[in-house]
Amino acid sequence: MAEQMRVVTKDIEIPGIDTLAVYQAHGGYAALRKALAMEPVAVMEEVKISGLRGRGGAGFPTGMKWSFLAKGSSKPTYLACNADESEPGTFKDRMIMERLPHRLVEGVLISAYATGTKTAFIYIRGELKQAARQVGRAIQEAYDAGLAGKNIMGTGIDIDIILHRGAGAYICGEETALMESLEGKRGYPRLKPPFPAAAGIYGGPTVINNCETLSTVPLILANGGAWYAGIGTEKSKGTRIFCVSGHVNKPGNYELPMGTPLRTIIDDYAGGVLGGKRVKAIIPGGSSTPMLDASKLDIPMDYESVAAAGSMLGAAGVIVLDEDTCIVGAVLRMTEFYRDESCGKCTPCREGTYWLVELLERLEHGGGRGSDIALLRDICDNISGKSFCPLGDAATSSIISSIKLFADEYLYHVTQGRCLVGEGARQAIAAH
Amino acid sequence: MISDAIKAKMLAVAERYPERRSAMLPALHIAQEAEGYVTPEGMQAVAEVVGCKVDEVESIVSFYSMYFAHPVGQRVVKVCTSLSCYLRGCDRVMATLEHDLGVQRGHTRADGAFTLLGVECLASCGTAPVLQLNDEFIEQVTPERAAELAREWQTQTAAPPSA
Ligand SMILES: Cc1cc2nc3c(=O)[nH]c(=O)nc-3n(C[C@H](O)[C@H](O)[C@H](O)COP(=O)(O)O)c2cc1C
Repeated sequence: MAEQMRVVTKDIEIPGIDTLAVYQAHGGYAALRKALAMEPVAVMEEVKISGLRGRGGAGFPTGMKWSFLAKGSSKPTYLACNADESEPGTFKDRMIMERLPHRLVEGVLISAYATGTKTAFIYIRGELKQAARQVGRAIQEAYDAGLAGKNIMGTGIDIDIILHRGAGAYICGEETALMESLEGKRGYPRLKPPFPAAAGIYGGPTVINNCETLSTVPLILANGGAWYAGIGTEKSKGTRIFCVSGHVNKPGNYELPMGTPLRTIIDDYAGGVLGGKRVKAIIPGGSSTPMLDASKLDIPMDYESVAAAGSMLGAAGVIVLDEDTCIVGAVLRMTEFYRDESCGKCTPCREGTYWLVELLERLEHGGGRGSDIALLRDICDNISGKSFCPLGDAATSSIISSIKLFADEYLYHVTQGRCLVGEGARQAIAAH
Repeated sequence: MISDAIKAKMLAVAERYPERRSAMLPALHIAQEAEGYVTPEGMQAVAEVVGCKVDEVESIVSFYSMYFAHPVGQRVVKVCTSLSCYLRGCDRVMATLEHDLGVQRGHTRADGAFTLLGVECLASCGTAPVLQLNDEFIEQVTPERAAELAREWQTQTAAPPSA
């Protein structure tokens, strides 16, 4: 099999790398030592030079985000690691936490130092118990070895790390909802501005970064920002952990340079499509990103190319749908997720996602009307951009894109009352 | 029952945070672990620890899906139903479990042995379909494997409790 380019996941295959002793034997925490000997601004500068962009979905430049932190605030600065990984199609942060927890802890410490933070939180999705155990153990080991807490490595620098477990709510991955949740409240998004950099956790200036983003920082410090910037493409630097799932022979996480062609990822790494079938559709960045059809298989997987193709790189959750997949059925399943996970704060999202599911269900099960397709579009229009956070917008991505690309399947459901392909095509309407 | 030791554990967690209210979720996790679900007594204890009204704790319990406000089965089985698992046949896994365990999804079996739930994406799409048994992952669950698991769990349930 083709080799991965392991940067964030360097040494992940080494037995025992989740323990401090083995991690240190492979150079672990040397980047922290190096960082603590530098001025915080110099550490921040290194991250800026690297061109690292957030891996949580939006792709915002990390070093720039740090530099936006309000200066001279009367309140302390906080750092929160977003490890709430709940986007359908992504499973990279869980892997980092379970198998390389010290990489994350080291990244959090360096990033906290660079941003002048004395208290860092790692918000781990509640359902990921093993991940929380592993990160919890790593934090404890770091404290015991004087790598975290008071007077780190004898430098006089103090950084506390608090592990915080969520309790089941996709919305808490949205940064302002995460802060609410961390403060012991319902995970309702806050209106921005103020942005977290100005007023976040407990009203203090706050940086929120994804787990993979922060886990990349030690490698940038160890090898230099320029080294990292030399990987990937002009505007999308570095590597990315592509989470490949769905109809492929070898689903899994593959760390590769940004800009690796989608086809290479699917064929050379994920072992090609199950049963030698053809690809019908790809969701390139997790279920919140628009679908692409097979004509886009040769695009390079970087922010700009995926956007030019009509979708988003998002959290790099590549979901492959084969030719026998009923698009309406798949879209229904994705939309149910957003209906169930809408936090309920904003009416367009709460009510809109409910009606989208009602319509898709009717179509899928043979009761659809010709006007339903236009109605779906209309509801999407009434959700998009009309709520506090983009959860509702995310719900519309698969619907709008699939109607554009696979209108024939929707029409077939309307006229024939069943699926064009797959199991649903063979079944009688009543049984389906 | 929420013992003094449990309450002390909650207090110790609360002290870690710059503000006590942040201990809401962790304290509720502790309460649920102690009693199987979040009881009125559990909520009362959490309210005291974080310093808020019981109503507020109740509102939190109803918002987050991992907290149970009612008793659940001895084994809580959560089957992922989201897209990647759907593409790999999770609906058949669910149907097998419903049939073999004799309980509908969303319900607890009358004898209290099993609660079967459909849940959202569990961040395990690369090993789909997946389920969790009492919050621990079981991955790559084919319908055949689901039938085997159902048999194993029921045998264990039927066996007399080891002392
Ligand atoms: C509904 C919703 C869910 C999100 N879930 C996550 C998540 O689980 N993990 C994550 O890192 N970012 C998530 N995000 C993005 C965060 O709001 C935020 O942009 C990100 O954590 C910033 O980190 P980064 O700059 O390192 O990417 C979500 C956003 C939305 C709107």
